[in-house]
Amino acid sequence: MQTVLKGKTVEVIIDSKGPVVIIGECINPTRRKKLVSSLQENDYGYVLELAGRQIKYGAEILDVNVGFPGVDDVKLLPEVIGAIQEKFGVPLCIDSPNPRALEAALKSVRGKCLINSVNGEEKSMAAILPLAREFGCAIIALCMDDDGITHEPEKRLAIAEKILERALKTGIKEEDVIIDPLAMAVSADPQACLVTLETIRLIRQKLGLNITQGSSNISFGLPDRDMLNSSFMAISILNGLTCPIANPEKITSIVRATDLILGRDDYAMRYIEHFQSNEI
Amino acid sequence: MNEILERLALCIEFGKINKTSPYPPNMKGQDGADELAKLALNEGVKPDEILENALIPAMEIVGGKYSRKEIYVPQMLMSAKAMNSALAHIKPFFQSGETKRKGKFIIGTVAGDLHDIGKNLVAMMIEGGGWEVIDLGVDAGTDKFLKAINEHPGAVIGLSALLTTTMENMKNTVSAIREKHADLKILVGGAPVTTDYCKKIGADFYSPDPQGAVNYLKQLVS
Repeated sequence: MQTVLKGKTVEVIIDSKGPVVIIGECINPTRRKKLVSSLQENDYGYVLELAGRQIKYGAEILDVNVGFPGVDDVKLLPEVIGAIQEKFGVPLCIDSPNPRALEAALKSVRGKCLINSVNGEEKSMAAILPLAREFGCAIIALCMDDDGITHEPEKRLAIAEKILERALKTGIKEEDVIIDPLAMAVSADPQACLVTLETIRLIRQKLGLNITQGSSNISFGLPDRDMLNSSFMAISILNGLTCPIANPEKITSIVRATDLILGRDDYAMRYIEHFQSNEI
Repeated sequence: MNEILERLALCIEFGKINKTSPYPPNMKGQDGADELAKLALNEGVKPDEILENALIPAMEIVGGKYSRKEIYVPQMLMSAKAMNSALAHIKPFFQSGETKRKGKFIIGTVAGDLHDIGKNLVAMMIEGGGWEVIDLGVDAGTDKFLKAINEHPGAVIGLSALLTTTMENMKNTVSAIREKHADLKILVGGAPVTTDYCKKIGADFYSPDPQGAVNYLKQLVS
């Protein structure tokens, strides 16, 4: 399965056979107070710095989230996207729970972007899926619905199937639906990561779709978080994760290493290139 | 202090739930919080004393260690489990009215937000501080809070939000509570929340860690 995304100048293909495509997570105000203060002053310098740094470290797609209290995201989201696209050609992943902000952003974005996200709640599917179809975007589908988050992999798969079916009915192509199995903190529930891994495996086996996940928080409340995140990333990729949303500065090394180990990096070119370009 | 209570406090501090619990390994085979709380009651120790001299001080130590990053979330959860196994023996005395709680605390993660770890940690610590906790769960909207306030008049309120995108809902719920219950104390917390934001939305207290909330409640009733 291939999901094709386009930026202003760059086309990226997420292939379910790999290699892994990293979606940079850093343009997100949660835990980044500096980003909030710069955006409040309509200063996009820091956003552009974050964008450039993530691309340098191996992100091929950039997630863009400008949600913070009191924000007029209908106005801000398209502006920030405009500023990023003026300088960078990579595809974008537009991240907002507000359908009006998404719509405003999609009207102005260049290329074919990814929407983050729809979930299995009736309200969410009704609001977001038509936008994806109208603007020809790919979309991330979160495995949760009106009943919240289930801890059973089979039920998460069933939610993914439900959203996929609804997306197809709406006129979205199968390859443009990317599933997020949900990853929860393992500090609070020792089975949490295993549930995610099993969900990934089931989705690859039954649906064959591309799979994303934001997993930096699985290590919340534990020491040596980078090591834990890296271990989870490697196993997730083995099970079928194809386009994680992560901080490339911390995760690209393990992603390139895993691709190499899984035979998806001829002559270790990507692995070596990452090492040499960043002098790690 | 009673020797049994000292041992009980240690069990809570180090997360020894009961005799069969394998954690922590160096306490293997020993009585845990469950057995020791029962033993204390059988020996004639008053439930109040168990609460005041074992459970509360032990959870205070745990909270302090967590604030100083000396222990991690799973260790805190083990301590909370041990505390709960002791508390189970005291609960009948709360119900009969023989032992009093310090007050009621209503807590929930705000509308649109499904993160529960931080909220749960605070709830456990506050329960360990001697309070009755009414947990509204995650994605708790304004109506849910108002309903709980009506059912538990005078309770202290706690709101948690983990996302910058759901902080707006925290503000809305705080405003709605304020409108009807100007005198209630409202605590807020969660990764993106700050003291400034707490003041801005008209809440009373922000703490970056659970122990801060426990200490604030403590001084409310002292």
